[in-house]
Amino acid sequence: MIARVLDGVSHRGVALLAMLLAVLLAVPLVANDYLLTVLIIVLYSAYTGQAWNVMMGFAGQLSLGHAIYVGLGAYAAAALYVHFGIAPWLGLAAAIAVAVACGAIIGFLAFRFGVGGVYFAILTIAFAEFARIGFDHFQWVGASSGFFLPVANYTRNDLWNLRGNPTMFYYVMLVLTAAAFALCHALLKSRIGYYWQAIREDEIAARSLGIDTFRYKMYAAMLSAGMTAVAGVFFAFYYNNLFPEQVFHISRSIELILGPIIGGIGTLFGPLIGAFLLTGLSEAMQELLSALGFDVPGAKQVFYGLCLAVVVIALPGGVWPWLAGKLRVTRRDA
Amino acid sequence: MTAALLSIEGVSKRFRGLLAVDNVSFGVAQGSIFAVIGPNGAGKTTLFNVIAGMFAPDRGSVAFAGERIDSLPPDEICRRGIGRTFQLVRPFPALTVEDNVVIGAMLRRQDPAAARRHAHDVLARLDLFGKRHQAASALTLPDLKRLEVARALATEPKLLLLDEVMAGLRPAETDRMVLVLIELNRESGLTILLIEHVMRAVMALAARVLVLHHGASIAEGAPGAVVREPAVIQSYLGAEAVD
Repeated sequence: MIARVLDGVSHRGVALLAMLLAVLLAVPLVANDYLLTVLIIVLYSAYTGQAWNVMMGFAGQLSLGHAIYVGLGAYAAAALYVHFGIAPWLGLAAAIAVAVACGAIIGFLAFRFGVGGVYFAILTIAFAEFARIGFDHFQWVGASSGFFLPVANYTRNDLWNLRGNPTMFYYVMLVLTAAAFALCHALLKSRIGYYWQAIREDEIAARSLGIDTFRYKMYAAMLSAGMTAVAGVFFAFYYNNLFPEQVFHISRSIELILGPIIGGIGTLFGPLIGAFLLTGLSEAMQELLSALGFDVPGAKQVFYGLCLAVVVIALPGGVWPWLAGKLRVTRRDA
Repeated sequence: MTAALLSIEGVSKRFRGLLAVDNVSFGVAQGSIFAVIGPNGAGKTTLFNVIAGMFAPDRGSVAFAGERIDSLPPDEICRRGIGRTFQLVRPFPALTVEDNVVIGAMLRRQDPAAARRHAHDVLARLDLFGKRHQAASALTLPDLKRLEVARALATEPKLLLLDEVMAGLRPAETDRMVLVLIELNRESGLTILLIEHVMRAVMALAARVLVLHHGASIAEGAPGAVVREPAVIQSYLGAEAVD
C-alpha cells in the first residue's frame, strides 16, 4: 500500500526540519560553484517531486507525463521574455495559467470519461508526446533547433529578470522548495488533503461519504500542473536553452517521479529525501568514477535503476517512512 | 405513522439476463428501523445500491424526503442525508481509524479540528476510540464493520443504510451493535434501513421487515408476523428458524 502520510510532524520532526533549512541556507557561504550546482539540481527535483506528489501521492492519480508542465511553463515564460521582454516573475503567471489549463484538459478528459489507473498514465504520456512533437515544429520558439535566452556577462544579480550567478538561483530554488513543502503540509491538514487521500485509498467509498471526486481530482491535477510549471520557468532561466527533445522527453517525466517514489510516495519528506539520495549519490558516484579515471556514460541511469530496485524490494513504502521510524519523528512513534 | 422518509415505487434493476430487483415498492417511515431480509442473491444489495445512487433503476422511482433521488450520483445522495455502509468493507486502509471517520465528518464541517471532535464522539459511540490511532488496515473484520458504521454516521445522515454490518460478529458483539443502533435511533431519531442475515438482530431492531426473493418482494410487515408466513419460511428461513 502507498506509504502512510506523515500525520502531524512531532517536535523532533520540526527540529530536524529547522536544522536542514539552516544548513541549506548557510551552504552558499562555504560551497563552491560545483557543489552549489549539484544542490540546485537536488532542490529542483525535490520541488518537482513535491508537485507530482500532490497528484499521485495525495490524490492517487498516476501521471507519467509531468514533463509537459515543465515544458509549457518553461516555454511560456521564455517566449514572453525573449519576444516581449516580459520579466519571468510576470511570465510565471502566464506559465502557470497555460499549465493549469493543460492539466485541466487532461484531467477533464480522463476523469469525466472514467479513464483511470494505467490508462490515465498512458493518456498523460500521450499528451507529453504531443507537446514534444508539436514544439518540434513550433517556429515561434525555435522548433527543433532550440530556443535560447540571451546570456550576457552579468556583473551583478538581477533577481527581477532572473539573471545571475548560481548562488542567486540556489536561493530562488530553496525558497520555492520550502514554499512547496509548506503548501503541501497545509493542504494535507485541510479538508482538500483529507479528501484527496480518501480518493487515493478508495474512490467508491469516498463518493459514498459525499465527496465530489471529479472536482477534487481536477483540483489535484490543476494544482500539480501549476506547481510544476513554476519549476519550468526556473529551468528556462537557469539553463537558458530549451529543446523540445529534451524538455518534453519521457525520460524527464520518469526522472521527475523517481525522487518521490524512492523517498516515499504520499509523504511530505519523501520528495526531499529522494532528491538528495538520487542526485546527491549519483553526482558523488560520477565524481568518484572520473577521479578514478573511468569514463562511463549512462552510469547515472544504471545508478537510478539500482536505487529504484533496492527501494522497491527492501522499502516498498519508500525511504522516508522507514527513516521516520528510525528517527522517531512521526506522531505514532513519538 | 408519520410520512415516509424514503419511498421506493416499483423499482426494477436488470443486469443483462438477470432481473436483480423486480418491481419492489416500500416506504420507510421517518424515525423507524426497517429491515430487508432474504436469501443470498435475492437482490438486497442491488436494491441498496439503487437507493445509494450506485446504479440508476431501470424502472420505478426512489424518493427521499419528498424529492426524487434516483438519477443522482452517490456523493450527492450522501449530501442529501443518506449514509451507507458496504457489505464488503471499504476502509481507507493506509489512514488511521480516526482519519477515516474525520473524512466522513468533514462533509458538514469545513474545519478539520471541528470534524475531528465530531469524529471522536462517533468513535466513542462505536467503541473504536481506543483504536483511533491504528491504521485501518490493521483492524479485524468486526472492527472494520464498526468503522463502516462510524464513517457513515459521521456524515450525519437522516437515513442510514446498513448492509450486513452484523455479519462476522460474535453474538455478544451483535448485541452491542444492536444496542448502539437502538440508542442512535431513539436519541437522534435516525432512520435506519438495514440488510441483515442475522435474524437475532433483525428481530431485536426492526419495526418492519421486507422479504426479498429472486428480486421480488414476497412479504412485508412486523417481524413477528413476517417470519411466520409460509412463503418466507420456505424460501429463506427454513422450518427450524421459527422455533
